[in-house]
Amino acid sequence: MDAYKTKGRIFNIQRFSIHDGPGIRTIVFFKGCYMRCAWCCNPESQEYAVQTLIENGKEKIVGQDVTVEELLPELLADVPYYRRSGGGITLSGGEILGQAEFARDLLRACKDHGLHTAVESTANAPFEKIREILPYLDLYLMDVKHMDSAKHKEFTTAGNELILENARKLAESDVELIIRTPVVPTFNDTAEEIRAIAKFAGTLPNVKELHLLPYHRLGQDKYSGLGRKYALAEIQPPSQEKMEYLQSVAEESGLKIQIGG
Amino acid sequence: MENIKFVIEKSARIDKLVDELYKKMPEIESARGLLVTESYKQTENLPIIKRRSAAFAHILENLPIVIREHELVVGSATVAPRGCQVFPEYSYEWLEAEFDTVETRAADPFYISEKTKAELRAAYPYWKGKTTSDLAKANMAPEAYDAFVKHGMFTPGNYFYNGIGHVCVDYGKVLSKGYRGIIAEATDALNKLDVSCPQYVRRHNFLTAVIESCEAVILYARRYSALAKEMAKKEKDTTRKAELEKIASNCARVPEFPATDFHEACQSFWFIQLLLQVESSGHSISPGRFDQYMYPYYKKDLDAGKITQEQAQELLDCIWVKLNDINKVRDAVSADGFAGYGMFQNLIVGGQDVHGLDATNDLSYMCLEAAMHVPLPQPSISIRVWNGTPDSLLVKAAALTRLGTGLPAYYNDEIIIPSIMARGLTLEDARDYCIIGCVEPQKAGKTDGWHDAAFFNMCRPMELVFSNGWDKGVKIGLDTGDVAQMQTFEEFYNAYKTQQSYFIKLLVNANNAIDTAHATRCPLPFQSCMVEDCIGRGKSLQEGGAIYNFTGPQGFGIANNTDGLLAVKQLVFEEKKVTLAELRDALNANFGYGIQGAAAERITSEVACSLAQQGVEINEKIIRVIYDEITTGAGLEESKKQRYREIKRLIDETCPKYGNDIFEADMFARDVANTYTKEVEKYKNPRGGVFQAGLYPVSANVPLGGQTGATPDGRLAFTPIADGIGPASGRDIKGPTATANSVAKLEQGVASNGTLLNQKFHPSALAGMSGLTKFVALIRSYFDQKGMHMQFNVVTRETLLDAQKHPENYKTLVVRVAGYSALFTTLSRSLQDDIINRTEQGF
Repeated sequence: MDAYKTKGRIFNIQRFSIHDGPGIRTIVFFKGCYMRCAWCCNPESQEYAVQTLIENGKEKIVGQDVTVEELLPELLADVPYYRRSGGGITLSGGEILGQAEFARDLLRACKDHGLHTAVESTANAPFEKIREILPYLDLYLMDVKHMDSAKHKEFTTAGNELILENARKLAESDVELIIRTPVVPTFNDTAEEIRAIAKFAGTLPNVKELHLLPYHRLGQDKYSGLGRKYALAEIQPPSQEKMEYLQSVAEESGLKIQIGG
Repeated sequence: MENIKFVIEKSARIDKLVDELYKKMPEIESARGLLVTESYKQTENLPIIKRRSAAFAHILENLPIVIREHELVVGSATVAPRGCQVFPEYSYEWLEAEFDTVETRAADPFYISEKTKAELRAAYPYWKGKTTSDLAKANMAPEAYDAFVKHGMFTPGNYFYNGIGHVCVDYGKVLSKGYRGIIAEATDALNKLDVSCPQYVRRHNFLTAVIESCEAVILYARRYSALAKEMAKKEKDTTRKAELEKIASNCARVPEFPATDFHEACQSFWFIQLLLQVESSGHSISPGRFDQYMYPYYKKDLDAGKITQEQAQELLDCIWVKLNDINKVRDAVSADGFAGYGMFQNLIVGGQDVHGLDATNDLSYMCLEAAMHVPLPQPSISIRVWNGTPDSLLVKAAALTRLGTGLPAYYNDEIIIPSIMARGLTLEDARDYCIIGCVEPQKAGKTDGWHDAAFFNMCRPMELVFSNGWDKGVKIGLDTGDVAQMQTFEEFYNAYKTQQSYFIKLLVNANNAIDTAHATRCPLPFQSCMVEDCIGRGKSLQEGGAIYNFTGPQGFGIANNTDGLLAVKQLVFEEKKVTLAELRDALNANFGYGIQGAAAERITSEVACSLAQQGVEINEKIIRVIYDEITTGAGLEESKKQRYREIKRLIDETCPKYGNDIFEADMFARDVANTYTKEVEKYKNPRGGVFQAGLYPVSANVPLGGQTGATPDGRLAFTPIADGIGPASGRDIKGPTATANSVAKLEQGVASNGTLLNQKFHPSALAGMSGLTKFVALIRSYFDQKGMHMQFNVVTRETLLDAQKHPENYKTLVVRVAGYSALFTTLSRSLQDDIINRTEQGF
């Protein structure tokens, strides 16, 4: 089967992930992204090129080219856990649509083996690419980060027009869609900003849930490991009280609002 | 919202009971020690079984009794809360030697008054040469004794110095028949005894000893009844007065007669539990399937409207507190290994009934609730899991796990039942198993399991392969040839098996010598009357009266030996990067890293002593030089030091490690485990049973690791050996599912004396209903793959602080904050601090 020979570039496989879709999941992290979000916790995901990261004083090569066939054994190793928990595979990144063909073939292989599939993506790509993967996808975890395109561009290097348009199209497909918003102080943590996102999500047919993901600094060390400066070094993670307040604001949309993944 | 069943408010009484119990340091009392001595002096002409029952009766007639404030369930072996009695018939020299340090030692200190010391000093000379320990030593082959005492190849010390314990008697029988019923059974057997029966004498003696013991227990309960009545008379508070009157009526009725209500059943249970631990000094006397045998009494009262769930919960909580009133003083070295006043009273809930149906009931949940209400070390609570276990029970258990007390331990019916059937249990008996002590399965009321028979450190035979059988200047092992000359991996691996098998044989000798000593000097008529078929066979448990008899010594070090053997295979025989001679020298030099801490001090003093014996004058300066050389490895040429460190790096970084879901490595670990388990099961014990291996170190992997040099898996000298059947510390880097998959590859059913897998979690992994249900799924998935046991350390702030100090021990510790999982030790200091602060906030 040729589809099993499709090659892609990933930088990590994380087993026992419990916050990226239902149940216990294995996440495959794709390398390369269209955007450069200032708070990105996986800065090593952004460049498509294979990179060297300094981790705990040691060099670590980030990025590895693999075929679907080579990846499968590790994805299947935790089938007993998927079965008991209703879990499966999540493709994340980077932006998986940057390697849409690989994403499609990997998802198809997972479906061949009866696994539940999810992607984490901003959907900032032509819809044709998204349409390719939908037949093999159960759940789309889609980021909507800000409703104001200018501010979106300021913090992520891209405007939000295509993203919002794709969200509307995705909402009309058969695939379950959950909207997720990283809550980042100074970027989108006011009641007005969160309310606007929730209002938008509430207008999407078939969308029932919005997840608010509190900003964290756990990726900070990796910036220095890549010889880069972390733009948000001074920002504190939002408090639990703040998150609960924003949750209550977002609930005005009628959606189920969850804090965290 | 978390939907957890049986969340019941804790009665205000419970914290008061706990405060009362913990108001002062535990104390050693002399009463039992003096009474047993007094009795033994008067019974020298009697057969041993009668001397035992006479002593038990004498103790119960005279032991001081006390009802503590606020108690609803009464009976204490000591006047002081959490105090302990002594058992000179097993051993005493170590305690006498430690009289002046036992109060100030770091692990499990006990207060002992000058009066008690004087009284015990006066009693002890009587016991010289008369203890089980003395006889066990005399019974042992000299090479077995040396391997145990002088070389620490294995450690059966627990039963060498103390009673056996490690039993679950038929509590349900006493609840439903009372000791009056057991006396009738023994009397009946006596009446039917044919005077011409060749075992007439032994049987007659045993049965009369049983009757004497049961009568003594009945009298002891009546003493409590009288005390409660007297206290009730004086009591001004009407509520407490009524409670005392109920206690008086309970103790007048049970355990002599069948319990008629739940409160009486609780009291009856408690007398059994307490007095088993007055008769002998064994620990791990386990309540077993408490939710099963107590349920009829709870159900009857609940249905009749005699009791509410809250009242029943309060009584359960009272028992939970009482289980911490029982204590035991151990010698200083053992106390380090069992730190935390461990009594290992294992109580298990859930699982299948004898028909193979799910046995979960209200009490299964309420026992878990009691463990939440009373976060004390006792009892060790366990849960049986099978396909029919309701998720709601497991969710309740997960909520308990989340509290971070390490409880409950989870057990898999689907592997344990066939495993113990393979040892000869019937299907019905196997389905009715409970857990003894740490992790050992047995059928209650029919078994003398001799679980926990010894620790066998599998890394020690590996050391002897490199030394060709020499240890501390003596040839104690077999001649397996000069390691430097070995030509193939098979030759090397066979040498390991040869050394190990030899020491297993010596271990068997040591165990059987101790076993025989207990049968000869300390048979236990009271314990035996509650285990089938002692009354029918007319002999005690210690003489082989039980239906099922086992001896279960537990091996540990599988992960270290697997990783080490894989390293030898790859580096020496496949890649030829290292020679065995080089590896031997590297191990002797601790990979060029010197030796730290207590081990360095010990070795310094050994070297100094040996120099002194050679006539060298030892002064402070010379000691300093020796010590510096040991801690820094300064005596070693720089080029060798660098080479040895390079060898360690090759092992650490280029060789496969058990615990990462690597099929070949895991299957090799399975073979290594079988070198122990399948050798042990070849042997028989003097009670007519077989040996069965366990695979777990309790916490002995730390102290016994402290006596083990560097190993070929790259483990540095005197550091801990791998815990349980899990991967070596820090060697598993692929997360909990990969670890569980690896461990499930072992042939765990052969280790029918129990296996142990510890996993560490951050509490946030169990946050919310979603966290709890995913956690339950993880357990079920490991069990789907035939894992036997699993328990969890949910990390606390203290653990994380320790991880900052010793990151090498916590390489796989995953923490999650705000939706993101990370390896704790790879985070920067400031982020680690962030996470520690969040742990404190209860995330």
